[in-house]
Amino acid sequence: MPKIQVQYFAILREQRGVSAEELATTADTPAALYDELRARHGFSLPRDRIRAAVNDAFVDAATPLRDGDRVVFIPPVAGG
Amino acid sequence: MFRIATARIDPASLQAALANPRAGACVTFEGWVRNRNEGQPVLSLEYEAYALLAESEGEKILSEARGKFSLVAAAGVHRVGHLPLGELAVWVGVTAEHRGAAFDACRYIIDEAKARLPIWKKEHYASGATAWINCATRGEHATGNPPTAG
Repeated sequence: MPKIQVQYFAILREQRGVSAEELATTADTPAALYDELRARHGFSLPRDRIRAAVNDAFVDAATPLRDGDRVVFIPPVAGG
Repeated sequence: MFRIATARIDPASLQAALANPRAGACVTFEGWVRNRNEGQPVLSLEYEAYALLAESEGEKILSEARGKFSLVAAAGVHRVGHLPLGELAVWVGVTAEHRGAAFDACRYIIDEAKARLPIWKKEHYASGATAWINCATRGEHATGNPPTAG
């Protein structure tokens, strides 16, 4: 199974309880991976309020994931 | 240059770095930690950033501003960490030959930065409660717009 590095920030970091982890998953897009993780960890935010970044760039949540990718799920932002 | 800062922002040195004999106008914006949001007393703010992407997206915003407005230079800094009231959370500085472009570009940069940078803010209230701004879901207390600082 492909291995994906996931990094968590803010509300997702608190709800997951760790800031990063490596996962073996069959989820083939960030959207599918978020659904899998939300079901497992009970994240409060629905997928449509989350953006995704892969390898430090924003991507469409339907972008195919590859082995070794680094994924970050981005909750609604609030800088400033 | 757009950067994420873990230590206190020094606006004087940032502004001095923009000095250029071609610049006839300098507009800066400072976002400060404020004591109230949506009627709730706020004691402090905790900022967290996905620094690598926040800096690259911040650079993209600066580059867009240079394309849209006639600028000499533009720079921005956003602080992370747990900040007390009055602390400088975000700084934007723009220079141009004339004031119109400098005002417009400064406004563009801070507006885009607030909307796009992967930065999160947790408010600590006098009641002891905390909340990640804009992240409330159904059934939770509605916190959110407008964010406290900036």
